[in-house]
Amino acid sequence: MLPLNATIVKINEESPSVRTFFFDYQFETMKPGQFVMVWVRGVDEIPMGLSSKNSITVQRVGEATSKLFELKEGDSFGLRGPFGVGFSLPSKEEKTLIVAGGVGSAPLAPYAEAASAAGSEMHTVLGARSEGDLIFEERFAEAGNVYISTDDGSKGTKGFVTDVLSRLDLSAYDRIAVCGPEIMMASVFRLLEDRKVLAKSEFSLHRYFKCGIGVCGACCIDRSGLRVCRDGPVFSGVQLLDSELGRYTRDASGRRVKI
Amino acid sequence: MYTLTGLKLENPTILAAGVLGTTGASLCRVARQGRAGAVVTKSIGPAPKTGHPNPSMIKLDCGFLNAMGLPNPSYPGFLQELETAKKDSDVPVIASIFGGSPAEFKEVAEGLLPGKPDAFELNVSCPHAEGYGAAIGSNPCLVEAVTAAVKDVVNVPVWVKLTPNVSDITCIGNAAESGGADAVVAINTVKGMAIDIESGYPVLGNRSGGLSGKAVKPVAVKCVYDLYTALEIPVIGVGGISSWQDAVEMMMAGAAAVQIGSAVYDRLDIFSEISAGIETFLQRKGYSDVKELIGLSHEMV
Repeated sequence: MLPLNATIVKINEESPSVRTFFFDYQFETMKPGQFVMVWVRGVDEIPMGLSSKNSITVQRVGEATSKLFELKEGDSFGLRGPFGVGFSLPSKEEKTLIVAGGVGSAPLAPYAEAASAAGSEMHTVLGARSEGDLIFEERFAEAGNVYISTDDGSKGTKGFVTDVLSRLDLSAYDRIAVCGPEIMMASVFRLLEDRKVLAKSEFSLHRYFKCGIGVCGACCIDRSGLRVCRDGPVFSGVQLLDSELGRYTRDASGRRVKI
Repeated sequence: MYTLTGLKLENPTILAAGVLGTTGASLCRVARQGRAGAVVTKSIGPAPKTGHPNPSMIKLDCGFLNAMGLPNPSYPGFLQELETAKKDSDVPVIASIFGGSPAEFKEVAEGLLPGKPDAFELNVSCPHAEGYGAAIGSNPCLVEAVTAAVKDVVNVPVWVKLTPNVSDITCIGNAAESGGADAVVAINTVKGMAIDIESGYPVLGNRSGGLSGKAVKPVAVKCVYDLYTALEIPVIGVGGISSWQDAVEMMMAGAAAVQIGSAVYDRLDIFSEISAGIETFLQRKGYSDVKELIGLSHEMV
């Protein structure tokens, strides 16, 4: 599929370094957790989780995202997707816990909405560095209860999402969906493993992508060899046992880089 | 069991270079889960290379366009991946290598020897990396020199992967054979490009790249057919194979084995599916050995 041309219709500033770009195309079949390849023409093409059927939510971290931040309403970029495996949706009787850190909220906000629409009771642990960095607090609050943690204590519990998680009765939940910085996800992974609830958890990984369609192998993780772009980006906790999660990633050349 | 340049293969389907070959774990997965008869690594060079900017691969109606740009962690960085693949894949592991000169090819081959690859495949055919690949592979003298340089320092089979982007592929194949190649692999991708008409930008980050998949199969069949006539050494067929029928056709053109690349897009177990299909075909047609298919079409005059 050639990239489709998407025109920006609205830009929301979510935090000083995070913006949501709404575009004039709806990915009707999108499952929360799936991603699109965003082509900033003349610069690069980068994977971004869909934060709704017609938006991506982007943190400015490098060249491509900085160029994206220069775009205005009416400007356009290319989009391919939606790609990959998303979060599995709960059924009506199931109770769902979301653990979102920083811009990891992006794929989880549409998940919270879809899960809530399916009738699942939703709880969210939402973490960020500071109050101003909390992303989509209102969207999670609309779907259910929200527990907040901030590193600096400016809102909610002072500390990390794991400080909130350690006080919750995790056996009460049927599904646990996690996305955030890898260090955070690795801590959550260890906690869920200790509590023996890994089997009902799902994590959304980020790795360097080249092709984005499961052919080139640049994003394969150890030791399973699973492709993050095609077999993921959402993996069950069990799939990530004995994996590179929290230990290393690979750069564009394929070299291992410590996390 | 099937023998190819001295290597023992469970079946004649091989994972092509540059596909799911960046990590040892990925190569193992293709071998164990996909049941490939052998696997070829990502092309490895003398220094770490990040490759071209994205988009680096696009699916078209007729196939795939790619310009990865030979991203690789260099031979020292790849050794541990090669070791993993060797230890856990249970199939022959072929190291694909590239360089900008005979000396660089030699350096990379020697550097990977501690990982004990079962064979080397020389990439003299990548169509979109300046100074590498097809820049060497379209010059018969360089192909012969590169092949001889690697043959000099390794004692495992050396395959040479050829580009179709030349006026006469048999001339390059002959050069590889003269340099001592144990087999040639044909073909690498066919030069191609796509343009985004909304913006006028070429879609690939490198502007142009190479075409693979269904569209190139007839090109590959013709190249294999001609090489089979021109050379004494085996020809390994690759280009657009996505079914057992494609594999049989390629073998009838003269391929001693086939490589599969882009078709892993559809499913990982394409290797077991194709080898099972070949077996059923052999039985239905009353052939006693897959070798009876190789070059069969040359006798049909």
